[in-house]
Amino acid sequence: MSDNAHTFEAAVYADGSVTYPPHPVGPNGVERTDTLDLREYEARVVTWTTSTATPPGVRQPNTLAIVEFDLGVSYDGPPVRALGQVVVDDGGTDEGTPNDEAADGEDASEDHPGTDTQVVAIGDRVEPVYVSELRDPEAGIREPASQSWDGFRFRPVE
Amino acid sequence: MERVAIIGASMTQFGQRDAWLRELLVEAGEAALADANVTGADLDHLYVSNMASGEFEGQTGVVNALAHDLAATPAYTARVDQTSASGGAGVYAAWQSVASGASECTLLVGGEKMTHRSTAEATDVIASLTHPVEYKHGVTLPSFAGLTARHYLETYDAPRESLGKVAVKNHANGVDNPHAQFRKTVDLETVLESPIVADPLRLYDFCPITDGSAALVCCPASVAEEYVDDDEYVVISGIGGATDTHVVHERADLTTMGGVRDSAEIAYEMADIGPDDVDVAELHDMFTILEFLQSEDLGFFEKGAGWRAVENGVTDRDGDLPINTSGGLKSKGHPLGASGVAQVYEVVNQVRGTAGPRQVDADVGLACNVGGFGNCVTTTIVEGAQ
Repeated sequence: MSDNAHTFEAAVYADGSVTYPPHPVGPNGVERTDTLDLREYEARVVTWTTSTATPPGVRQPNTLAIVEFDLGVSYDGPPVRALGQVVVDDGGTDEGTPNDEAADGEDASEDHPGTDTQVVAIGDRVEPVYVSELRDPEAGIREPASQSWDGFRFRPVE
Repeated sequence: MERVAIIGASMTQFGQRDAWLRELLVEAGEAALADANVTGADLDHLYVSNMASGEFEGQTGVVNALAHDLAATPAYTARVDQTSASGGAGVYAAWQSVASGASECTLLVGGEKMTHRSTAEATDVIASLTHPVEYKHGVTLPSFAGLTARHYLETYDAPRESLGKVAVKNHANGVDNPHAQFRKTVDLETVLESPIVADPLRLYDFCPITDGSAALVCCPASVAEEYVDDDEYVVISGIGGATDTHVVHERADLTTMGGVRDSAEIAYEMADIGPDDVDVAELHDMFTILEFLQSEDLGFFEKGAGWRAVENGVTDRDGDLPINTSGGLKSKGHPLGASGVAQVYEVVNQVRGTAGPRQVDADVGLACNVGGFGNCVTTTIVEGAQ
């Protein structure tokens, strides 16, 4: 899959504010005018957790992080953040590579059996890693066809 | 606008119940009607607060079933769903029905039947309230709590133990609540060594999955004494509802619940009081961290100081501002649609002096019911009739 096949799309609004996910109308009630690809911006971890009680179809445990993107000094809108799963480095059979599609159906749980292994920290710089299926769409309560199931995990970078 | 009185209140035993939702609603509804000395035939409006009876039980149309079971037809009926804040939203609907003059007598019953589902299934039903970009990552409400707790502890340099002390306090309060799911004390060591659920939060930082129901009867304060004595009813002196972003990570400050702050401002203004005037409060401690956030966003304590209040015993039952004398959701249990109604049940009892061994000195009580992870909130202020 090419680098450009999957964008991490945020919305830009008439007053310059940016949101992820995109909304029909901006936070100040103004119209949406453009998009930007958050892969192009540096992101750092604001907070994280490892959830051990996960719903059907979700890897267990499931480490999640909220990351904040640095849109540069010229940006003065609300913080632009995203919540996502954290890539668990299992020594070579990772869930994906940056901007590359991973093998379907991967599950990090067997390689990350407990929560003692901290895989990310507040302030870590992360890069997005595309994954074709973040959880099993057929296993949960939500109608599989009602939304997309692919997206980006975050991987800490040195 | 009519001043609204609560003339009857009830709650069922919370916990793992054999009864299904219809039976739970009838149990609480009949008890509240009896407390108010009215019957189903007296009702103009009937509301049921419930989040997910269709998903949990395959039973929809519960409010119409209840109207029939209580012989309340032809009362106007509506089901109120605002996720975990369905109960609070139901209080708002009941208040609105009477305040507007549309109803002379309204029954609100909140209830949920959950324990027949596995923890994973129940967690997914609740997590289905999240935005698609959150849901596909497997986010749950407990994981939002873990994310927020870590951020709070880091931002305000609060010790992890302070969260555990919320659980210890609320379990101690629950011992004296005959309706509570858990009537046992826990010590801090037990809390801090319990299994991790959403790091840094552990099992005892979370409320249980619960079956139960609670109910209130409302009428114009001007006619309340036609039903009950003047010391047997209270008035809703202030009520406010507000929302915050659906997507949690879009909030300017991840430790602030804007819906709590905004709904409280409305309620305080209506009641013409401030946070310092509140004598007792029931907060939505679905997770221990939420008691800190709400106590700050309601204005009881400065931002980042809620944990110190718990550490210093301010929120203990014998403290300056008792919080969750019922045991809170943490100990009492959290049957989603019932919880907001049961919170008001507790402050009604505190204000009218019928809280038994949990009784504190209270003229003004506040209940704050939170839906989602602060997505929607109702704050209700209750005062004595005089």
